[in-house]
Amino acid sequence: MTTGVQPGEPMLRLQEVRKHFPVRSAHLLERTTEQVHAVDGVSLTVSRGETLGLVGETGCGKSTLARCIAGLVGLTSGQIWFEGRRIDSLSTRQMRPLRRDIQVVFQDPYGSLNPRRRVGSIIGDPFAVHGLVSGTARRRAVQDLMEMVGLNPEHYNRFPAEFSGGQRQRIGVARALALHPKLVICDEPVSALDVSIQAQIINLLLDLQSELGLTYVFISHDLSVVRHVSDRIAVMYLGRIAEVAPSDELFDRTRHPYTRALLSALPAPDPDLADSRSRIVLSGDVPSPVHPPSGCRFHPRCPKATRECTEVEPDLAPVLDDGAEHLAACLHPLEVGEDLTRARPSVHPAGRTVTTEVPT
Amino acid sequence: MALLEVDDLHVSFQTPDGVVEAVRGLSFEVDDGQTLAIVGESGSGKSVATQTITGLTRGATVSGRARFKGTDLLHCSTEQLRQIRGAGIGMIFQDPLSSLHPYYRVGWQIVEMIRAHDRTVTKAQARRRAVELLGLVGIPAPENRVDDYPHQFSGGMRQRVMIAMAMALNPALLIADEPTTALDVTVQEQVLSVMGRLQEEFGTAIVLITHDLGIVAELSDEVVVMYAGTAMERASRRTIFYEHHHPYTEGLLGSLPRTGGTRERLTPIPGLPPSLIGLPDACPFAPRCGYAWSRCHEQAPPLSPVYSDPHHLSACWLPGQRDERAQARRRTQTGSGVRAA
Repeated sequence: MTTGVQPGEPMLRLQEVRKHFPVRSAHLLERTTEQVHAVDGVSLTVSRGETLGLVGETGCGKSTLARCIAGLVGLTSGQIWFEGRRIDSLSTRQMRPLRRDIQVVFQDPYGSLNPRRRVGSIIGDPFAVHGLVSGTARRRAVQDLMEMVGLNPEHYNRFPAEFSGGQRQRIGVARALALHPKLVICDEPVSALDVSIQAQIINLLLDLQSELGLTYVFISHDLSVVRHVSDRIAVMYLGRIAEVAPSDELFDRTRHPYTRALLSALPAPDPDLADSRSRIVLSGDVPSPVHPPSGCRFHPRCPKATRECTEVEPDLAPVLDDGAEHLAACLHPLEVGEDLTRARPSVHPAGRTVTTEVPT
Repeated sequence: MALLEVDDLHVSFQTPDGVVEAVRGLSFEVDDGQTLAIVGESGSGKSVATQTITGLTRGATVSGRARFKGTDLLHCSTEQLRQIRGAGIGMIFQDPLSSLHPYYRVGWQIVEMIRAHDRTVTKAQARRRAVELLGLVGIPAPENRVDDYPHQFSGGMRQRVMIAMAMALNPALLIADEPTTALDVTVQEQVLSVMGRLQEEFGTAIVLITHDLGIVAELSDEVVVMYAGTAMERASRRTIFYEHHHPYTEGLLGSLPRTGGTRERLTPIPGLPPSLIGLPDACPFAPRCGYAWSRCHEQAPPLSPVYSDPHHLSACWLPGQRDERAQARRRTQTGSGVRAA
């Protein structure tokens, strides 16, 4: 079934992927441009059939990374390999057959569907673009897809406005699956939906994965959703991977202080847990990706930061006694059970507030 | 007497498609220093209800009563309402960028707010108070930031400015409408802890409107679960999470991914929320409910005590105890007349 893939070779491999965007100065005469370091050296692998969760806060570069993988934006540097073939430097024409294998489900079910076109033709678009099925066969194929994602095939001629948010997301899923992709990148697929509808879409994605053997890159800022669907989770911060590990391992044996802070900030829908959890309130906001901090990018907000952290950029590698599956980019990784709320940084960069914890 | 008593609130809007009944008979009370969470999905009427109480829904048809410290907010003069808004009831909204004026310095906006209510306060005094407030909500170097414009603040900082402004006149009640929905989790954590600290310090009562059950579990004392414009269930925080009665509450909690179990199917609520135009006199949740029986489709259940517990109210025809409900569910499943979920 696979074409020329070495055994053990992951389906998708990213190597030192960088994507910078120029910011133009407002002054005409000062044309020196600065760069937004949206993705700044990300190396990752995704194996066939697995779900890799990608979490991070606004502006950490997770959506840009998704666009890089899908070939929607070119890379500044780095390499992307898909099924043993380098795809980042392909021309538009060479890329076209590959686009059938890699599809994207977008966040906004309102913005990603053309309001003036009928649902049948939206879902049938991939067939038209690739010149595949046509006429009544296409109609049948589209209706099969609609049925697969839980839409009524009789609604073939309706407009997107006649569907609810959850149903629109199903349309987006149907469109992404039309060409039998191997890899589906889900970019915040449930963030715009109410919880009860969110659960419907998550179930749909899980069912389709086991039915069709799909591989997912699942992007979300919601850790509880990511944990629910993912085999492995990568945590991004300011364009870099802070930590990547199998889901349970990431939660139970957290190494990176940022991961720990993210986990602790997640409100648990359970009063007993909510009352007992110790909170790490990070100071400040995510710094600008135009001038990322020196050394470890998390150091201005990190409760464990030392002078070394401001100078040395840590590599993403196994730390302490971790296996090859669990990587963290941290000079002072957490021991299992270590209490981060007691930690105090030993450096105080200018302007930094050092309150790290509010007792509960 | 409670600080705020809302009784049988109805709000409806005339639209070209018909009358939209956004709030249908909502009642609740908030005591001094207490946090009441109103939780519900989009379109459940939670925002409309609180905006109506503060006189912010123009053009709506409103009935019912909303007593704040004895004054009925729905029937008092505009002048009285202006006095209460800001001084008695502070408000923060979801999107701090559109709630702050982009052309004015944030300090000026806080000063304006203070002086609008009390002209005897001098500008210098008001400005000192603004600096103090910004410091209170954890903005670093407030004496400098007071002269910044809203765009110079990050999302979390803007929300702190909003909180500072809402707290400026030391209101007895703070209405927070999805205050952290637009923020990242680590920033949400900061904002919620500021709100909690202020509440402890000043004894402010909070009405917290949210769709996030995690925040409800953290912050609330009492919870109202809304659906289709009306309260489905009302109880203390622990009761809502551990001994809820209403099938909608059960459905909401069941749809959440639980920490621990990964890659299992979730149990979503089937179907979609109803349209709020021309709702029949029946339980609005009945078409999506796994327990529904004939009566649910014929008569809307009143919000009434569950097993005569006056602090636990549920609008449901089902019996109070779990095992009896399990029996009811089996009956409806083996019986007829109920749509399969």
